[in-house]
Amino acid sequence: MKTLPAVDVVIVGGGWTGLLMAKELGSRTALSVVVLERGGPRKTEDYADMDELDYAVRLRMMQDLSQETVTFRHNLSERALPLRQHGSFPNGAGVGGSGEHWNGQMPRFLPDCFELLSRSTEKYGAKRLPEDHSIQDWGVTYNELEPHYTRVEQLVGVSGKAGNLRGKQMEGGNVFEGWRSAEYPTPPTKIPYFSTLFRDAAKALGYHPYPTPAATISQAYTNPDGVARPACTYCGFCDRFGCMVGAKAQPTNILLPVIQKRKNVSIRTGAWVRRIVHDATQNGGKAHGIAYIDGSGEEVFQPAELVFLASWTLSNTRLLLLSKTDEPYDPITGKGNLGRNLTHQVYFPAVTAFFEKPLNRFMGAGAAGIRVNDLDGDVFDHSRLPFLRGGTLEAVSLGYRPIANFGVVPLTVKSSWGSEWKKAALHYYDRTGNIMFYGEHLAYRGNFMDLDPTYKNGLGDPLLRLTLDWRDNERRMADFVTSKTLEIARAMGAQEVIPFPGLRNYDTTRNQSTHIQGGTIMGRSPDNSVVNPHLQHWQLPNLFVLGASVFPQNASANPTPTILALTYRTADVVVNQYLKAPAPLA
Amino acid sequence: MRRREFLTLSVASVGGALIYSLDRKVSRLSAQTTKAIRIPLRFLSEEEALIVAAAASRIFPSDEAGPGAQEAGVAIYIDRQLVGPWGRDRHRYTQEPFEENAPAEFGYQGKATPQQIYRQGLKGLKGFDHLTPTEQDQKLKQIESTLFFSLLRRNTIEGMFCDPMHGGNIDMVGWQLIGFPGPRMSNYDDVDKHFGAAFRPKPASLSQVAGHKLIPSEDQE
Repeated sequence: MKTLPAVDVVIVGGGWTGLLMAKELGSRTALSVVVLERGGPRKTEDYADMDELDYAVRLRMMQDLSQETVTFRHNLSERALPLRQHGSFPNGAGVGGSGEHWNGQMPRFLPDCFELLSRSTEKYGAKRLPEDHSIQDWGVTYNELEPHYTRVEQLVGVSGKAGNLRGKQMEGGNVFEGWRSAEYPTPPTKIPYFSTLFRDAAKALGYHPYPTPAATISQAYTNPDGVARPACTYCGFCDRFGCMVGAKAQPTNILLPVIQKRKNVSIRTGAWVRRIVHDATQNGGKAHGIAYIDGSGEEVFQPAELVFLASWTLSNTRLLLLSKTDEPYDPITGKGNLGRNLTHQVYFPAVTAFFEKPLNRFMGAGAAGIRVNDLDGDVFDHSRLPFLRGGTLEAVSLGYRPIANFGVVPLTVKSSWGSEWKKAALHYYDRTGNIMFYGEHLAYRGNFMDLDPTYKNGLGDPLLRLTLDWRDNERRMADFVTSKTLEIARAMGAQEVIPFPGLRNYDTTRNQSTHIQGGTIMGRSPDNSVVNPHLQHWQLPNLFVLGASVFPQNASANPTPTILALTYRTADVVVNQYLKAPAPLA
Repeated sequence: MRRREFLTLSVASVGGALIYSLDRKVSRLSAQTTKAIRIPLRFLSEEEALIVAAAASRIFPSDEAGPGAQEAGVAIYIDRQLVGPWGRDRHRYTQEPFEENAPAEFGYQGKATPQQIYRQGLKGLKGFDHLTPTEQDQKLKQIESTLFFSLLRRNTIEGMFCDPMHGGNIDMVGWQLIGFPGPRMSNYDDVDKHFGAAFRPKPASLSQVAGHKLIPSEDQE
């Protein structure tokens, strides 16, 4: 193995968190910073090819699974099998990662999500929690994170309407949100027809609809770094595409322009990281750097004083498992923390509704929509309900594309091919809309990750193995929300409806968003977490872990704003405290 | 090397159509000429292509509701997809062991590539293109639950509505059927108007919009 000249900082992964950390350290310090990115380079100019087949069906921007995937089983008694093709969480590859092909939805988490165990126990008693749960508090509170959420919104230029400005409820915004210190930087996006039907019906039924906070910005915006972006054109090609005009915030259009001006930061693409090299045994262990395969296939070692693990959420856990930094979690004994608390947002179409009038659904944007949070978190009382927590309902007008959406017909149409089906499918093509639900997923002792004993990646290293299934809490929540959504769909004037049939076993073939979390969770004690509240590794204080792998459990809302807020918070503590006296921070 | 195979279509069947030839030169065929056109095939044999074309036409028929798989060139689309990375499972995880009988929620776990699934499936449909439409429907009903049929159905929808550069949706016939305008650069002035009324801008394909050379996935390694 070739050893490269040492650098001050090495960052594994060139997505949202890795590039935000690179921007912060590169701008605020003179440290030499190297970002190692497995995929290739990307630029906004690459994104003029709005082709549904190649991008949204053949998944041009996603990870090449022939080289690496994960394996999956529902429980310990099943044999895990590889996800041979993309399904429930299509993750991105290349500079910008999944932050390039996302939809740009920017909700904050509810304040009580960060203290889920203590708040839930306090209100409902420990006996109401599912018997096999493993939920816990984050070790950071909403109040501590609030200023960082605001910075994230200003970085991105989020379009929206405040619902709680410094404690004052604001009509038209999300009245259930935590307090915010500032209004959104830009006004809400335009709202397409389908979403207005949902807004009006929800309001008439007594809900509190509000425009989705959007990184697909409603007007031209220049952020505090001086990066300017134009307004969204509602072309309808967000989901699985990069933005051709740069209106949708992506790591490549808001972070890369700043990084490229810094001579102390470099990004190495084609760098396939294998191990974090470290001494874990000695007291106060140390990470020495990163072993990776470079673009030419040579194995190299990059020594560094400070290491950030910022790869995709599942890859963070896998790289720590391969590097043997921590005791792997054992679901039988409950010992070990690395790999525990795997959660995945409970995401499904609560109702597919068919309307009389055409909806012009080709127009839209990934975050041009209306949300309702009356059924989120503990906003509604669960005393008499057979489950805890909830989630967000949304009618988003993503931009409807024909290959993905043609052929959906009401249940009264019995065929799925031939003339009868074709006639119905043509009629309903532009008269169909999904009301989506983003629900909270509690953590359970039996949902976790470890290394697969059978299947290997392209380098011969073990794949990550997921053990994951739904529990009755999620199933009951799904049934409850579906019945409520049916009422809204009827009030929207839907002529026919297809309700969600219910959560059964976890299905790897149904897209459930890239919002999968946990594995290297944060917490106040090394007894129940992998990193401390500053995202610093408990055993290796010069290693920090960034991304949704630190979430102790899923919090229903889309994770990107929280991931970025936590990254900002860590950047501050590193610059202001750690660099002056490198040591454990907690 | 395989024998050169062609799919022969009457011009009348594809209408006044843009056909993308193998070297991506575009030629416009006039509906007035009565000549048959011969399209070089990349993966399927002529016999197989005729079966694919006939089956796709039963899945998405040409009928009083409008044109179907035949006018859109779905068989041409499928032939090109099969020879490309998708047909060869270039980006699929294909390490052994395979567990062919895994429950559906694990996704397709088999070893066979789309190329192999088609080749095998088409063997079971020999002579299909010579049956009557009713007989063809009966035959397809028998295989409705097979992986081959689900691929064929999915690929037929793709071939109806893909960008014409992929060989299907000839002359944007599929997009016109459903009022999809293709990759429209801006809907800024329209997205919050036309509520309750169909707004149907004239479709444009990606090559008309992008103004630069495009390499479709089927032409990549």
